[in-house]
Amino acid sequence: MELNFTGTDICAINGTRSAPETHYDIVVVGAGPSGIAAAIDAATAGAKVLLVDENPVSGALMGNDIPLYFGGRMTAATQNTERMLEAIFMSMPALETAMDAGVELLLGTTAWGVYRNGPGVASLPQQVVGLADSERSWLVGFDKIVLATGARDLAMSFPGWNQPGVMGAAALQMLLTRYEAFAGQRILVLGSHDLALETALLAQARGIDVVALIEVRDAPQGNAELVAKVAAAGIAIHCGQTITSATGGINGIESATLSTGDVIACDTICVAIGLIPSIELVDAMHGPRALNATRGGYIPAGEPSVTAVGDCAGLADSGFDHIAYRMDWMRALSDISADDTIICQCEEVTRADLIGVQPPNYLSRPAPMCARSLGTLLEDGPANPDQIKRLTRAGMGVCQGRRCRDQVAMLLAIEADKPFGSIPLASHRAPVRPLPLKILAEWDEPAEMEAAWDVWFGIPTQWVPVEDLNTPYQDEHRQMLYTGMYT
Amino acid sequence: MSGSEVVIVGGGVTGLSAGWWLARSGVKVTVLDKFIVGWEASGRNGGGASHYSSPLFDEEQRLWPQMDELLGYPTEHQKGRILIAMTERQWEQYRFIAERHTRLNHPVELLDVKQVQEAVPLAGDNSFGGVHYKFGGHANPQRSVQAYAWALQDLGGKIVQHSPVTGFETAGGKVTAVKTANATYGCDAVVVAAGPQIPQLMAQLGVDVPLAAARAEMIITEPAPMMPLGGVDGHKIYGRQTLRGNLAYGGGPHEWLDVDATGPAARPSTPLARNLAKRLAELLPKAAHLNVIRSWAGIIENSPDGRPIIDRLTSPDNVVVASMSSVGFGLSPASGHAIRDLVIDGKCSFADIDILKLSRFDNLESDWREKRGWMPIS
Repeated sequence: MELNFTGTDICAINGTRSAPETHYDIVVVGAGPSGIAAAIDAATAGAKVLLVDENPVSGALMGNDIPLYFGGRMTAATQNTERMLEAIFMSMPALETAMDAGVELLLGTTAWGVYRNGPGVASLPQQVVGLADSERSWLVGFDKIVLATGARDLAMSFPGWNQPGVMGAAALQMLLTRYEAFAGQRILVLGSHDLALETALLAQARGIDVVALIEVRDAPQGNAELVAKVAAAGIAIHCGQTITSATGGINGIESATLSTGDVIACDTICVAIGLIPSIELVDAMHGPRALNATRGGYIPAGEPSVTAVGDCAGLADSGFDHIAYRMDWMRALSDISADDTIICQCEEVTRADLIGVQPPNYLSRPAPMCARSLGTLLEDGPANPDQIKRLTRAGMGVCQGRRCRDQVAMLLAIEADKPFGSIPLASHRAPVRPLPLKILAEWDEPAEMEAAWDVWFGIPTQWVPVEDLNTPYQDEHRQMLYTGMYT
Repeated sequence: MSGSEVVIVGGGVTGLSAGWWLARSGVKVTVLDKFIVGWEASGRNGGGASHYSSPLFDEEQRLWPQMDELLGYPTEHQKGRILIAMTERQWEQYRFIAERHTRLNHPVELLDVKQVQEAVPLAGDNSFGGVHYKFGGHANPQRSVQAYAWALQDLGGKIVQHSPVTGFETAGGKVTAVKTANATYGCDAVVVAAGPQIPQLMAQLGVDVPLAAARAEMIITEPAPMMPLGGVDGHKIYGRQTLRGNLAYGGGPHEWLDVDATGPAARPSTPLARNLAKRLAELLPKAAHLNVIRSWAGIIENSPDGRPIIDRLTSPDNVVVASMSSVGFGLSPASGHAIRDLVIDGKCSFADIDILKLSRFDNLESDWREKRGWMPIS
């Protein structure tokens, strides 16, 4: 059986991909104020615009702190999709304005990946964004994409943080305002910058008992006007302190212990130390991004067909160094944490195992393994969160690292005695939201895809067993399996 | 050769295994890597270790069950695999493979649908049957790669990361040193195991190594309950259930690329994740609800016949070149042993690997890539 080369590799990707279902001049991801405004502007200027927003997300996703750090403090109302959709429309009248302006709106629709040709890929028919709702996924082509994905909560670990009732400020604000679905009554707030102050005031205005704000630095950090409002509201800000542990029962948090030894009864601890611009889509498409300490972290840094607006482009710049502030908190919380304090909740990675670069506890740890640590790893080169992730599994879980990626980077910086900015950003990967196989699947893929599909490269000579070479079995193998080890 | 110095270019799984084998023989080893060990294809593959088409197969099978102990670090190696047929045609093909294994005394068992479900509870009742390989297996590529690196260090070997090799010094028909931007490493012998960068590196020594690079992709789900048998292939995809429970799967069309001397510029995954998801949901219907949480890609090189090139050159005569032609991870315990033998003894001690000689391509046509359609999309 002669091998005849035809100039074509029948198992290559060339020409096998589906074209996007639809094409828009502009796709806007995120229907917050910035996204809606961008969509209305574009539609008013005559563009064909699609505006998508992942909310309301399923109760299951919220339970995994996606997209925000809900900490299990949602009421059952969040399980009702119809009610959630209504709540979104009621809380955002601008959505109606956008639709009136001709914007096509899809709620409950996640943008899970942006793809375009560039280094390492030239086979895409056009640049596309991958979308998914609760039924299916599909691809949409675009000329320009506007990312208005907002900012997500910075989670911080301390002993006892891995139980229901420890949550983020953005999540709390969303539950309090848009959904009116916050299940707590008595909250302790960590932080005293604007985010913490605003969250405390909002919570109190909504009838929540705000016990106090805890500030690791020696003075309140937010702007004077907000600090005065919080004082006027009778909410204490305890400075120069930190939380040292939280205890709770079956329903989660019941109390917090402070570095002063004081024990404060509360059902919720709101981590309001910082927000992280949500750049998952930009990073997963290998778009440029840069660390900007006064704008909250890594932000998009120029991509011709991608525009970022709102918080995902960077928090409002008030001159406040968010990174330095978070690092102060991280140092304090790291100091009071124990070896067995969990850093990665999904994979149950403890602080000691993270710093020890130890494998998960279902693997054995022979003596050479125990002798390894971040210290020995640093002798081989600078700390890299993706390498730590591979070895410890921190950040490998179903929350896709939302709860621990920032902490891991900060902890690595502290342990390596390097500036935060020297630690590479751990990779974001598509799908940037967890998507069930049956939803992600392209069920109606082109026939060309199936025709080209081989388990591996489809090189006819690659898998003929060496014992069979130049025997009749060689031809038999090729006739039966043709290109594959098994096709 | 005890006490002599060998420089290994490329800290992928092949180079690291070779380094570990050499260090076990008392050789002073330095592994140079452009970035971090195992960062390219060695840490991005499916982890399969059942390569019965290779002359290195017997050694692969002999070594894997011992690797945790030999290296001193966990590799997550698990024994056995199953091939599940989802179509009549696949069932015909898999039974052909099973017959072939029986002929060569590799232990296999045909499973009916019920037996398939017992071994693989995430499988449905709609398969045509399965072939249980009572040999082969899988391991965790990322953990194994680091295990080789650490084991090599424990034997006194050196790993130098973030140090791309820029060139060689030669004298008297031998390579005498390997150069990086910051240092020059004198050596008695060199192993070039730099994956897609091999052609550019070897060109500096006047040696033509025909290899073409391409991108392949994988997806991984959230953890599922552990199945009795985690090495599940079939339906044109390959993969495994990790010991954590995740399903990691790859397969499907590849994209040919040009890779320059500095290595892959990027490793983008693409919407091919959707086509992988479809096949995985078909292969394991009871996993269809599981969330996909990541996708990724890796860049691997292939030789014109898809078989490895493991060869000690005649000139310069102290250079071993090693490309595993896109199938390197599983065979690594054996490929490292073979490379060790070539460096120290000039001949592989445990298998006839003449089929892997570079000289088989001596008369290769210059347009071999074009003829095969292995060209990047322009």
